[in-house]
Amino acid sequence: MHPAPSIIAFTVLSGLGLGLLAFLGLGVLVPTGVAAFLWFGLGYALTLIGLAFSAFHLGHPERALKAFSQWRTSWLSREAVLATAALLFMAPHAAGLVFWGQPLVGFGIIGGVLCLQTVLATSMIYAQLRTVPRWNHWTTPAVFILAALTGGAILTVMAFVAQILLAWLALTLVGHWLLGDRRFAKSGATMGTATGLGERGTVRQLEPPHTGQNYLLKEMVYVVARKHALKLRGIALVLSCIGPSLILWIAPFSLVGTVLAVLVHVTGMAAARWLFFAEAEHVVGLYYGREP
Amino acid sequence: MTALPATTDRKLGLVIDLDTCVGCHACVVSCKSWNTENYGAPLSDVDAYGADPVGTFLNRVHSYEVTPPDAAPMVVHMPKSCLHCEDAPCVTVCPTGASYKRTEDGIVLVNEQDCIGCGLCAWACPYGAREMDALAGVMKKCTLCVDRIYNENLPEEDREPACVRTCPAGARHFGDLGDADSDVSQLVAARGGMDLMPELGTKPVNKYLPPRKRHALPAAPVTTPAPSTEGLTGFLGWIDRSLARF
Repeated sequence: MHPAPSIIAFTVLSGLGLGLLAFLGLGVLVPTGVAAFLWFGLGYALTLIGLAFSAFHLGHPERALKAFSQWRTSWLSREAVLATAALLFMAPHAAGLVFWGQPLVGFGIIGGVLCLQTVLATSMIYAQLRTVPRWNHWTTPAVFILAALTGGAILTVMAFVAQILLAWLALTLVGHWLLGDRRFAKSGATMGTATGLGERGTVRQLEPPHTGQNYLLKEMVYVVARKHALKLRGIALVLSCIGPSLILWIAPFSLVGTVLAVLVHVTGMAAARWLFFAEAEHVVGLYYGREP
Repeated sequence: MTALPATTDRKLGLVIDLDTCVGCHACVVSCKSWNTENYGAPLSDVDAYGADPVGTFLNRVHSYEVTPPDAAPMVVHMPKSCLHCEDAPCVTVCPTGASYKRTEDGIVLVNEQDCIGCGLCAWACPYGAREMDALAGVMKKCTLCVDRIYNENLPEEDREPACVRTCPAGARHFGDLGDADSDVSQLVAARGGMDLMPELGTKPVNKYLPPRKRHALPAAPVTTPAPSTEGLTGFLGWIDRSLARF
């Protein structure tokens, strides 16, 4: 799948922002006054910048409001509804802390849970697709939710919790990669089933339908990453989990350590998310002779 | 709503005969022509006369070579467009309700006024049947020529999809696959019509008729022995023997 920068920025930044807001809402950190303004401001800013990036991906962003209507069937619509609900429920809790130094615990808890449900909805947009076997697995939502929680834990300076989550995220990422490598074969889709001719003999592409590029090939038959996949997985794992873990171990509760750990973690998650798209094989590639 | 209807009154679709298709791409051209001039945003081309032309097509013809273990390889041309699936994954993922399946005839359509161009339906389709138009920014797909098949301004023989009407080989058939007595259903029954990628559970309405069994090639003829003068008798033998003495 084509790793669109807008989608990578959207999922990484909104995941981090929603992870932070979830911890703030659930009362892990209870800042007041200006501190509360900065903490909630950071959470809202990350989430809203992420959502703005997602709008860049649309052909008609001016019609985005229509995306709130199909929450009964569509995970993308559920994501839009949940994100809005999460930010609205979090607002009274944030305002209480900023202006009156008083948390509104009920709003905070509901908002926090909605934040995590938003991340789940985002991940299900990908995990629901049977056409992309690598994504169509429970490790996809696991990686998205753990990444959000880990980012939130590092940001809210919970060094011990962050260390546990970093280890857990690392294991889940490796699991997602290794199990993902076998998903396409498990889906059962081959050039033989795609063309219906597999029972007669071996099928190969003789001529593509056109000599140039098309939307399908650009969007769904992206093959650049496969060559360096192993190295990139190593880089993503070191930056997203191992690096931040070492930094937090050396300087657990310092400002510099926390900021550095967050920056390295976000860079690593962006690399991992790039791989998430670039490595994913869509079954439509079979019609173009691409059997992974 | 983007919920799929539990049942549809009819199941309009195509039956494509892989034994008859000659791979001429006439259906591709007539489809592009009709759907550019009629319903919805035109199917645009970008850099059409330049070095890297790309364009939107609702129907494309692939060509494959199948090599059976015990027979000669054969070429199979496979036109591919929307299969108007009964369990269409492209419909349920749509966040705006732009994508829908009609209850009356089962045709899967996009309401272009509601499409935000997110592209998720194209990701959900296993067959590559949906393409985002580069200029219009909305998702395009086969409409089964919904603006032809019910169009009373057209002569009756033209009230079928443009690709079916134009096929010079008669490889494409249009009809109600929900009616067991229809011509297309009988064709499917007689020829063992098949689904593409059935393991993805989309239950396509369109069916493909597999190539008929070919006769096995006869064994290669025994090569005649190289010309030789050995055992030659009579006049020619006498010349051969006489000349061999020198």
